[in-house]
Amino acid sequence: MSYEGWILLTGALVGITCGIVGCFLILRKMAMLADAISHTVLLGIVGAFLVSHSMAGVPMFIGAIIVGLLTAFFVQLLDSLRVQSDAAIGVVFTSLFALGVILLSLFASRVHLDVDHALMGEIAFVPWDTLEIFGKEMGPKAVWMLGFVLLADLAVILLFYKELKITSFDPQMAAALGIPVLLIHYLLMGMLSITTVASFDSVGAILVVAMLIVPGAAAYLLTDRLSVMLVLSAAIGALSAIIGYYLAVWFNVSISGMMAAAAGGIFAAVFIFSPKHGLIAKWAANRKISRYS
Amino acid sequence: MNPLMVRNLTVAYHRKPVLQEVSFSVPEGKLIGIIGPNGAGKSTLLKAILRLVPAASGEVLIYGKPYKAQRKLIGYVPQRGSVDWDFPTNALDVVLMGRYGHIGWIKRPGKEDVKLALSCLEKLGMENYAHRQINQLSGGQQQRVFLARALAQDATIYFMDEPFAGVDAATEKAIISLLNELKAQGKTVLVVHHDLHTVQEYFDWVLLLNMRVIGHGPTDEVFTVENLQKTYGGRLTFLDQGKLLVKHE
Amino acid sequence: MNLFQHLSDANTQWVLAGTLLLGMASGVLGSFAYLKKQSLIGDAMAHAALPGICIAFLLYGQKSLFWFFAGAAFSGLLAAYFIQAIVKNSRIKEDASIALVLSVFFGIGIVLLTYINQNGSGNQSGLNNYIFGQAASLVGNDVKIIAIVAVILLAVTALFFKEFKLLTFDPQFAEGIGLPVRFFNGLLMVLIVSAVMIGLQAVGVILMAAMLITPALSARYWTERMDRMVVIAGGIGALSGVVGTIFSTASEGLPTGPLIILAATLFFLFSMVFAPRRGLLVNIVKQMKMRRQTARENIMLSMFDLMEEEMRKPAARHATGFGEEQIRGLRPVSKRLFARVMKQLIKENLVSSDGNRYALTEQGKEQAYQIALKNRLMEVYKMYEMKFSHEEVEKQEDIFALPEPLLQELTRYLQQLGRMPVRLSKTGPGENRRNRNNIIGQRGADSRYEL
Repeated sequence: MSYEGWILLTGALVGITCGIVGCFLILRKMAMLADAISHTVLLGIVGAFLVSHSMAGVPMFIGAIIVGLLTAFFVQLLDSLRVQSDAAIGVVFTSLFALGVILLSLFASRVHLDVDHALMGEIAFVPWDTLEIFGKEMGPKAVWMLGFVLLADLAVILLFYKELKITSFDPQMAAALGIPVLLIHYLLMGMLSITTVASFDSVGAILVVAMLIVPGAAAYLLTDRLSVMLVLSAAIGALSAIIGYYLAVWFNVSISGMMAAAAGGIFAAVFIFSPKHGLIAKWAANRKISRYS
Repeated sequence: MNPLMVRNLTVAYHRKPVLQEVSFSVPEGKLIGIIGPNGAGKSTLLKAILRLVPAASGEVLIYGKPYKAQRKLIGYVPQRGSVDWDFPTNALDVVLMGRYGHIGWIKRPGKEDVKLALSCLEKLGMENYAHRQINQLSGGQQQRVFLARALAQDATIYFMDEPFAGVDAATEKAIISLLNELKAQGKTVLVVHHDLHTVQEYFDWVLLLNMRVIGHGPTDEVFTVENLQKTYGGRLTFLDQGKLLVKHE
Repeated sequence: MNLFQHLSDANTQWVLAGTLLLGMASGVLGSFAYLKKQSLIGDAMAHAALPGICIAFLLYGQKSLFWFFAGAAFSGLLAAYFIQAIVKNSRIKEDASIALVLSVFFGIGIVLLTYINQNGSGNQSGLNNYIFGQAASLVGNDVKIIAIVAVILLAVTALFFKEFKLLTFDPQFAEGIGLPVRFFNGLLMVLIVSAVMIGLQAVGVILMAAMLITPALSARYWTERMDRMVVIAGGIGALSGVVGTIFSTASEGLPTGPLIILAATLFFLFSMVFAPRRGLLVNIVKQMKMRRQTARENIMLSMFDLMEEEMRKPAARHATGFGEEQIRGLRPVSKRLFARVMKQLIKENLVSSDGNRYALTEQGKEQAYQIALKNRLMEVYKMYEMKFSHEEVEKQEDIFALPEPLLQELTRYLQQLGRMPVRLSKTGPGENRRNRNNIIGQRGADSRYEL
């Protein structure tokens, strides 16, 4: 596949993976938790580096998952201590992030830990970083990682579809039915963590939030069915990635930034033009009502 | 001049009509009950009159002038659930907020305002709770603080959204006595009310609402079995002697 | 260079002053955000300001604090407007709206930043500084600007405090009495964006978001008055700034920003645990005390009920005490609590025990009687709520504070219901009947009620 093809594939995979996980975040009102985790992965990266003394993918993966779950855990803990939930998220992510920066400057300043890369991503480098098995070129590592994460996410969603659905919609009823609500929550958090890590190689941690939330939000305005929402969200995510890439190349600007902007543009269009929930549809319906008055 | 005149008011929420061509006017110095089934738009009517919710069409006149010009004449008691009661403030402070319209910007409440606020609390039997944190008040007490605040607004026409909802007996008594006192002072009070059993006892004027106005006027004339059946659309069963049983979906 | 020498260094003093003022301003403003349940708005504003700054740079051609500020304010306000508009006009909830606007604006900002960089006129390390700040490079001029802006922010807040308070507590009512809610919301946003702006240069985006969250959250634990909360938040913010800076100076190399955040977090943890009234420790202790108290009452009441039962038996063969299972069976008390409370009751000579069975002593019978009377009077009071509730008896203890005739009435109901507690001590059943119609009230410190 061509260089450009790999980039597009990577971007699309990011869009799809983040898109489907993000749907649940939106429905469960956990969008800002995604923002939080995308910041705290820095601590995970640093921690992983300190422990493994390598910049390899797998330790970083593990470090990020641990920190992601830790973030969710601390927020949950503060929540149960009756701390206001938005403030709880804020305290946890800022302190973990601060910890990460301090550890970074204490132990890792000698080694060039490319913080910009972690935060911004650099999808342009993805095709060069390939996976070699038994001396055979197998394609970019990022694609493998994303592919694996996507499959894992899909597996969880398919296996636990009913549980995810009911715990998102009515957690109390779910608990009454004996569904392990907390387990599902941490399962989702785990998915979020690995999705974030897999994506930030390409788009950076900060812009992962855009890919997680924006396509899902747009899909939410287009349909009332969860299954359709998931599919639409994945499609919009992929579309944002592709459009974003081409626009970025055209203007010679940040690819990941453009992807976020493209997602925003699609959202804006949906917000205005959605046949069911868009502004224009609402305005027309109101006019109809008042005309009959 | 009528304290309130509503003409052809239509309001829609997210494409669904909530109020359609609501027209009525209200005479001065009466206690008016706004009655209707859940979702009939009673709360919305209040909010639309007070411009808290946009109207698709229609007009509202308070003593002949549009709402914006008459703010000082209006007192509002919103639903109790509209506020976070864990807010760091005490009962007196909340009542003082009712004076802000009179005090104006930047200036702090003066001694007169504090005295007035305390007397309003007293009218609702809450004078001993003036410095109590609002998160330590019971539901009924919170409601009374809201009422005291409306009193402090020193208005001519009052709008109350379900003041009797979920309150204990003591509070209910306090509210009724307050309403009667307001009426004795010649004020007009509109109350969104949910309990059919007490309508005839509390209100001398009613507005029957179910998205549209089913009827409005003196309670004896308008609060009839026929009108109620129209308002509640067959969800109403009458037990004998005029006692009502409302069947909820 | 030891710490003292560091601190006397002018540079360090500038940094100290700067972070102190920043901490204070963000603590104060963060209080409003917290009470509006929008703690993360600072984070949102900090990210959303980026495109505004870039556009300002592009339009103006060079670095200018004033234009950056204007740009940041503009895009911050725009972002705030979008966030609200999305929530108001669609079914998307606030948290998703914030995350959405924040990330899209930031993405656009990055695009603009790379556009600027490609033209070579920008600062390559600009982004790093944006995110992490460079407090160490704060110079006198910077601090002067920070000081001026901080003072203005605090002044505006003080001026419009009552309006902000009303807006935060009850926006619907505020709108009802004619407060221009939109204007004041916008003003609050401008103040927050300003705080973010002045902090950006020094300590970066993430820190400013943190300072707008944590000090206010900590302050909430220490007071129930909003004016005090705002002041305390400012204080904690300032203190975090100072402590963080001192540690940074002492460590010779650790970045200031994150240390300030950690300091603020430690203050929060301390507040959450140790604050009087709202703190964890105090509440756990209170809960434990209450459980002991309830257990104690339950045990006494159960023993009383059991004794009453015994006394009603015709053959006055009163049991020689009751077993643990019996007592715990009437009203649930955990095994552990039972053991501990019993030990205490025995120590106070209210209960005697042979190891297996427990019996009330004479004193114990008297106390149990009082508790049972209070308890049952309260029951009756609640039954006839409509009649009595204007008296507003909240706690069982207060029931004896009711006026005489009311107490008599309640007592009469008790008798009618057959719930009048039986005198266990000194007198037998016969004597009880004689006394039943005599009600001698005796109010006072010991509020003993003789019947």
